[in-house]
Amino acid sequence: MSQLAITARRAGWRFLSSAPALFGVLVFTFLLMRVLPGDPAVFFASGPTAGKEEIELIRKQMGLDRPVPEQLVRYLGDIGSGNLGRSLMTGQPVLSDLKSRLPASLELTFSALLIALVTAVPLGVAAALRQGSGIDHLVRFICALGVCVPTFVSGLLLIYVFYYVLGYAPDPTGRLDIFASPPPAATGFLLIDFALAGDWEGWRAAARQLVLPALTMALFVIAPLARITRAAMLASLGSDFIRTARSLGLPPGKIIVTYALRNAILPVLTIAGIVFSTMLGANVLVEKVFSWPGVASYALDALLASDYAPVQGFVLLMASIFVIVNLTVDVLYGIADPRVSVE
Amino acid sequence: MTSATLRHTIWILRGNPVTAIAATGALALCVLAIIGPSIVPYDPIASDVPNALQPPSAKYWAGTDQLGRDVFSRLVVAARLDLAIAASAVTLSFALGAVIGSLCGYIGGRLDRYVGRFVDVLMAFPLFVLAMAMVAALGNRVENIVIATAIINLPFYIRFARAEVNVRRNAGWVEAARACGDSHVSVVLRFLLPNVLPAMAVQVSLNLGWAILNAAGLSFIGLGVSAPTPEWGIMVAEGARFISTGKWWLVAFPGLALMLTVLCFNLLGDGLRDILDPRMRT
Amino acid sequence: MNALAAIAPAGRASADGPPLLAIEDLHVAFSTRGGTVEAVRGVSLSLRAGETLGIVGESGSGKSVTAFAVTRLLDASGRITQGSIRFRGEDIARASAKHLRSLHGAAISMIFQNPRAALNPIRSVGRQIADAIRAHEPVTPGEARARALGLLKAVLIREPEKRLDAYPHELSGGMCQRVMIAMAIACEPALLIADEPTTGLDVTTQKTVMDLLAEITAARGMALILITHDLGLAARYCDRVCVMERGRVVEEARPATLFGAPRHPYTRRLVAASPTATSTIADLAVSETANPAPEEAKEPSPLVGEGWEGGMPPAERGRSTVTGMQGSQAHGGLTPLSLPRGGREEPDSPATALRPAPNQSPGAPLLLECQKLIKRYDRDIVAVAGVSLSLRAGESLGLVGESGSGKSTLSRLICRLIDQSEGDILFDGRSIGAIPARDFHSSEFRKDIQIVFQDPTDSLNPRFSAFDCIAHPLRRLLGMRDGAALSGRVRECGARAGLPADLLERFPHQLSGGQKARVGIARAIACRPRLLVLDEPTAALDVSVQAVILQLLDRLRREDGLGFLFVSHDLNVVRMMCERTIVLQNGAIVEEGESGRVFHHPRSDYARTLVAAVPHFEAGPAA
Repeated sequence: MSQLAITARRAGWRFLSSAPALFGVLVFTFLLMRVLPGDPAVFFASGPTAGKEEIELIRKQMGLDRPVPEQLVRYLGDIGSGNLGRSLMTGQPVLSDLKSRLPASLELTFSALLIALVTAVPLGVAAALRQGSGIDHLVRFICALGVCVPTFVSGLLLIYVFYYVLGYAPDPTGRLDIFASPPPAATGFLLIDFALAGDWEGWRAAARQLVLPALTMALFVIAPLARITRAAMLASLGSDFIRTARSLGLPPGKIIVTYALRNAILPVLTIAGIVFSTMLGANVLVEKVFSWPGVASYALDALLASDYAPVQGFVLLMASIFVIVNLTVDVLYGIADPRVSVE
Repeated sequence: MTSATLRHTIWILRGNPVTAIAATGALALCVLAIIGPSIVPYDPIASDVPNALQPPSAKYWAGTDQLGRDVFSRLVVAARLDLAIAASAVTLSFALGAVIGSLCGYIGGRLDRYVGRFVDVLMAFPLFVLAMAMVAALGNRVENIVIATAIINLPFYIRFARAEVNVRRNAGWVEAARACGDSHVSVVLRFLLPNVLPAMAVQVSLNLGWAILNAAGLSFIGLGVSAPTPEWGIMVAEGARFISTGKWWLVAFPGLALMLTVLCFNLLGDGLRDILDPRMRT
Repeated sequence: MNALAAIAPAGRASADGPPLLAIEDLHVAFSTRGGTVEAVRGVSLSLRAGETLGIVGESGSGKSVTAFAVTRLLDASGRITQGSIRFRGEDIARASAKHLRSLHGAAISMIFQNPRAALNPIRSVGRQIADAIRAHEPVTPGEARARALGLLKAVLIREPEKRLDAYPHELSGGMCQRVMIAMAIACEPALLIADEPTTGLDVTTQKTVMDLLAEITAARGMALILITHDLGLAARYCDRVCVMERGRVVEEARPATLFGAPRHPYTRRLVAASPTATSTIADLAVSETANPAPEEAKEPSPLVGEGWEGGMPPAERGRSTVTGMQGSQAHGGLTPLSLPRGGREEPDSPATALRPAPNQSPGAPLLLECQKLIKRYDRDIVAVAGVSLSLRAGESLGLVGESGSGKSTLSRLICRLIDQSEGDILFDGRSIGAIPARDFHSSEFRKDIQIVFQDPTDSLNPRFSAFDCIAHPLRRLLGMRDGAALSGRVRECGARAGLPADLLERFPHQLSGGQKARVGIARAIACRPRLLVLDEPTAALDVSVQAVILQLLDRLRREDGLGFLFVSHDLNVVRMMCERTIVLQNGAIVEEGESGRVFHHPRSDYARTLVAAVPHFEAGPAA
């Protein structure tokens, strides 16, 4: 009970303490909009041929003639009311564009995280339990190599092998074959929507599209996760309380799982949060490689087309996701470690 | 002292072949970056359309790209740019991070808590996104790739220097130095920094690889370095269009170059840790 | 006190019947990258049911390794190479892992040093005790919990119902050790092995924990092996005591015999070096130093936490991480009583050394005066709460207290390393409290007040050679330039601290604990200070190294007419070193007076408890 209260308070405090960073991001995006080469008013004008008067009018409408602090306040007000501007490319409000694309990115990231955790944690534990053995060397080799291969290269090579050479994978473009019909939209996560509709053929098709990009991203983060699991497990196994457990004749399974692994999970949890946010960044690369219709590729296309409102929206979205992820990690950590109340 | 260090280094390398290989590789890369453009067999920029998209052969070791340019020559020439971007970015963040970090770590108190908290928050942010946005804001130029990479590396150095100084600030020898008449500033500069720098040098080596990956990632998505210039990230991006038709060498070779470079610096970092550890020296 | 009566030596152990544990010719070797190193070489001992056996020795003696060999809990690199360990007649040196598991906890249990680390930090103590029970007995979780509660009551933990769900970090060190004891006795083992169970605990906590352990083993008829570096502790609680040196048992006897009339030269030196209630500085070393071999750099072996002699290449020594079977008291060398090359370490003549206090008269001017010093930290933690004290030139003032008493903070305040919150400090009648600590480095008094730190390893810059360490204050405070004058002065200071010139080029990691302590002392006296603050200068050293260092300090004080502020948790040491003693509790002075009076006739309750808690043995005529 009190543990819960402490965790809640800690999470609340952490939320507040990430507020300055969030504010920093807001100011940053504001500057992004203001400092960018060219006049924002020009972008919002009807076209490249817009007259001087029209631009002046837009300038007034946008408040660009006001002092900078006032503009910042108005900007913050806009963000608060969900007005992220309009994309030039799609002609849609940025908010609705992001909303429709976010599930694709999240589905990819979560699947990749799942694959990575399911692979990395057992590998790290196995390596730590058999330190110096073949499996340990293998894991350390994977760790050394894994952090060296850029996602965009591993993704392309996977496409070459599984699509071009072996033909196992479908055409690496998008979330669903062009000819397949999408499921009734419920959550936006194709795997979940297909399952809800009971359309297992569609589910398999979506899964086949998802496998390669998810694998690409997972490969990128397996190395740091396995590395930290191995290190944490080794530290845990070498600690005094494991010796105590052995001296009391506890069964080996209990020593490894309840004593060693439970303690080793703590650093893994912290790293998993950082890994998740790294994956959000890596989304940009993976979505580009696989033409994945997510928020990152949307922002990237906009960026290259000098369409800055989506970029700003994207950065803000990432910031919010990152705050949520941090909070989740904090809450999980609070549950896993009774010592946090000491702070 | 210096000759002892040298002897010690050789001793370590002999007992540690992996580090020796990594060190040799890193050295070779640096040499390549300097002399590369003058030894390559083909002009890395001039196109030769009749010979476009040739697979690797005795004539074109790594094949040719869609404009008939020799991939191998482009790879070698690109080393200079890629290394230069990473090295300058890391140098920038190292210098700034070491100073800010050690000051915070030594002064401690509220300032330290705030800086520490801010750095933690920043580190958890999707840094690649931050770099992307920064390049967008500052302008699509190579200098800005360097600045963006330096800024996203900065939190790691601050945190590292801070932690290293923090564990030492209450050490007996720090207090002893003050009892021997050193001021706070002198303690930080003459005592703490020299003890912290070796560990940070390891970090530099590890970070260099990461910086290379980041810079290459940025140019892969079309930021920073622009088209005809040979650069590994761009080469992969151009090759990506042909991967579905089986032209693997356009992606595989620049990818391999990136991977080997990063691997070299990572392994070197691990090895440096052993060499610079003063307790190892006898 | 009936606990003490119950363990009266030789009372309850049945003299007949086969021994519970019989170790014969035990050899334990550790494989390191530099080759195989023998940590235990030919130990034989036996123990009857219900008996309490002490194993004493300094770091590197192999006492802990022996214990870990008996329980087969050695590191992966350590193995039993020879000999047998018979427990109830069967040889467990070759028992299978499965069989060992059935013995662990059920027949043989261990209690470790550093109790807080020995408990799983994220599992409630009730569940950990229940784990220990359920490992050997098929009981339901509910029953196990009920029994855990009973055990917590048995180890005299207050509010046991509440503590059942507590985590180790919510308990004090002493409480954690009680929980550890509860886990160890949960399945009524026949043999308990306690490896330095109270090292790192305060002396009053030590007494309560040891009394409890003695009571429990007596009441339940358990045999106990107590491994300790503290002769007093062994004398107080054991029926029989073995002395180990370099992997061998050199002497074994009842405590009264052993400490009253030690036969082996090593035991004689060890007994002499251990401070007792009546010993003086001069008593600490025996004149017949048997082994004048040079003191060499012998680092504690990182593999077992204890050092052993030679065998490892120098590169190996500092390299491995401390796996920490025995962390804190492992800094000493192995042959510490021997004379260092070049340095002279003869005991002072009895005439000067019998009593402290000869060379200052009541009329000597006040050197240091603290007026109502207060130090507050964040969140209103008061470390020092209004301390006033004074020290005359050439006088030695002792400062004793347990952890948290504020003695270290006070010593740093006086050294002007940190600023006080309130109050003033006068040195030579002039206020130095008014000079901020941050500016004190340029004060004329900086060279007059120097400090010797607790941990000799920690107090030396790892990147400075011994020479640079000693030269540092000379360069800084006296502005000396490199040259013959400087190196002459450094060598002179080194020699005065008993440091031969050829060691000066070494780096700290190439020096033994005692040698590092000497470097720290040489550095402190280099500028000829008038006040030397000694912050637990020997706490991290083995007792025989401590003896020589204490004698060295005492001699330096007399030669230079130094004022000493001697901070220590060890009451006997303070009594020998200081004319006057101050007892600190929670940052305030609870008693102050002439040392002999404070220790033999304490007036305050707290001082009485402290003095009573110190385990003593009677120094025999052989000392």
